[in-house]
Amino acid sequence: MFFYHFGKYLLFLKNVFTKPENFKVYWKEIVREMNLIGVGSLGIIAVISIFLGAVTCIQTAYQLVSNLIPRDIIGVITRDSVILEFSPTISLLVLSGRVGGSISSQLGTMRVTEQIDALEIMGINSTGFLVLPKIVAAVITIPMLVIISMFLGLMGAYIIGPLTGVISGTEFISGVLRDWNSFIIFVALIKTVLFSFLMSSVSAYQGFYTKGGALEVGESSTKAVVYSSVLILFADYLVAQILL
Amino acid sequence: MIELKNVSKSFDSNQVLKNISATFKPGITNMIIGGSGSGKTTLLKCMIGLHDIDAGEINYDGVDFSKLDFKEKIPIRKEIGMLFQSAALFDSMNVEENVLFPLNMFSDWSIEEKLDRVNFCLKRVNLENINKLRISDLSGGMKKRVGIARAIAMQPKYLFCDEPNSGLDPKTSIIIDNLIREITIEYQITTVINSHDMNSVMEIGDHIIFLHQGQNWWEGANTDLIKAANQEVNEFVFASKLMKSKFQ
Repeated sequence: MFFYHFGKYLLFLKNVFTKPENFKVYWKEIVREMNLIGVGSLGIIAVISIFLGAVTCIQTAYQLVSNLIPRDIIGVITRDSVILEFSPTISLLVLSGRVGGSISSQLGTMRVTEQIDALEIMGINSTGFLVLPKIVAAVITIPMLVIISMFLGLMGAYIIGPLTGVISGTEFISGVLRDWNSFIIFVALIKTVLFSFLMSSVSAYQGFYTKGGALEVGESSTKAVVYSSVLILFADYLVAQILL
Repeated sequence: MIELKNVSKSFDSNQVLKNISATFKPGITNMIIGGSGSGKTTLLKCMIGLHDIDAGEINYDGVDFSKLDFKEKIPIRKEIGMLFQSAALFDSMNVEENVLFPLNMFSDWSIEEKLDRVNFCLKRVNLENINKLRISDLSGGMKKRVGIARAIAMQPKYLFCDEPNSGLDPKTSIIIDNLIREITIEYQITTVINSHDMNSVMEIGDHIIFLHQGQNWWEGANTDLIKAANQEVNEFVFASKLMKSKFQ
């Protein structure tokens, strides 16, 4: 069963990445999807990032009980956790629910209401037309969201640390800048691009091959979120193992 | 003209279509009728290439469509218009964008020419000044008419209609039937309608194929249908009291 779906998924991707019938129409779709995926997800990403950064700061401080450890180490740990793990991985897990579920249910509904059949009868590569813009939009906009998420996560920690008295603003900034290595940004963006591709393509695959009616559309969305999340976590481990 | 030669189709061990042969001529309304599960929808989906057939030929003006790959099918598909049972309009677009869509994808016309064509098609189906309405704001009959407008936007040579009257009231059904017939004659299109609505059959069925258990059980005009010496056809045609009282 796994190999059947894996093979079908590869064939699906092959159809997605074929020459578009009309670049202009595809470009319009990409821009529309970028708005839906990117701008539409900005609010939720902002909220979770600020709180994740704040919580990371407080919990790190809670665990550093020794007076021998300098306080600015809280800034170092918060920085690395937010940039390397929370912004790319947790954001993508949240987006797999918001964006992945939406992609899957949209395509599933189009399948059961014969809209995909209508495209195919017109001689349009329905896989390419419907899925390529979503993948391209996800791979372009989600890394931008993740960069915003990194900034907001650190801002959350910077605001909450001095407010709760666990670390001063100066100590936090000093920690964030300490032993700075821009390679972590590179790793985080590699992760983000990979996760975005996995999330959008797996969700599209689940939705595109929906059979049945409303119940099955719901099932496809659930599968899309579950499979995307598991694959994101698995890929997270692989990237960490290979690059760090 | 569309010609079917010994078309067969199975799903696993269940043979749905058995050696179906038929000819659908342009300028007349061809209808495929039959009870539920008789293979009507499968035959229609095979004809438009949504299902691959197991054996036989589906010839569009002499070209065997069933033997072509996806890319080779595109020129013929551009000549096909399809009205789905649910209209299958793109609900992320408004009325104008739906009719404009095939023109945007395949024509090199200027935007003014395309909009002229859209307005012409909408006028042809008696829908004017609704260009900017969302699909969810349309009634069932309006959706079908927008579906027809989209189907004829590219000036198709072949028009397929899957249960065009399902879910419509009798008056709207007659409007849709007559519209399909008028368009068929006006543009000399090869039209194939899949239906089990006897009102439609008697109204516009110039050439009828009756499917039973996946076979071409009976073929003829609607005037011959009510006189057919065939038990299955009679059971189907005279299933309703109205038909019995009118013709028997």
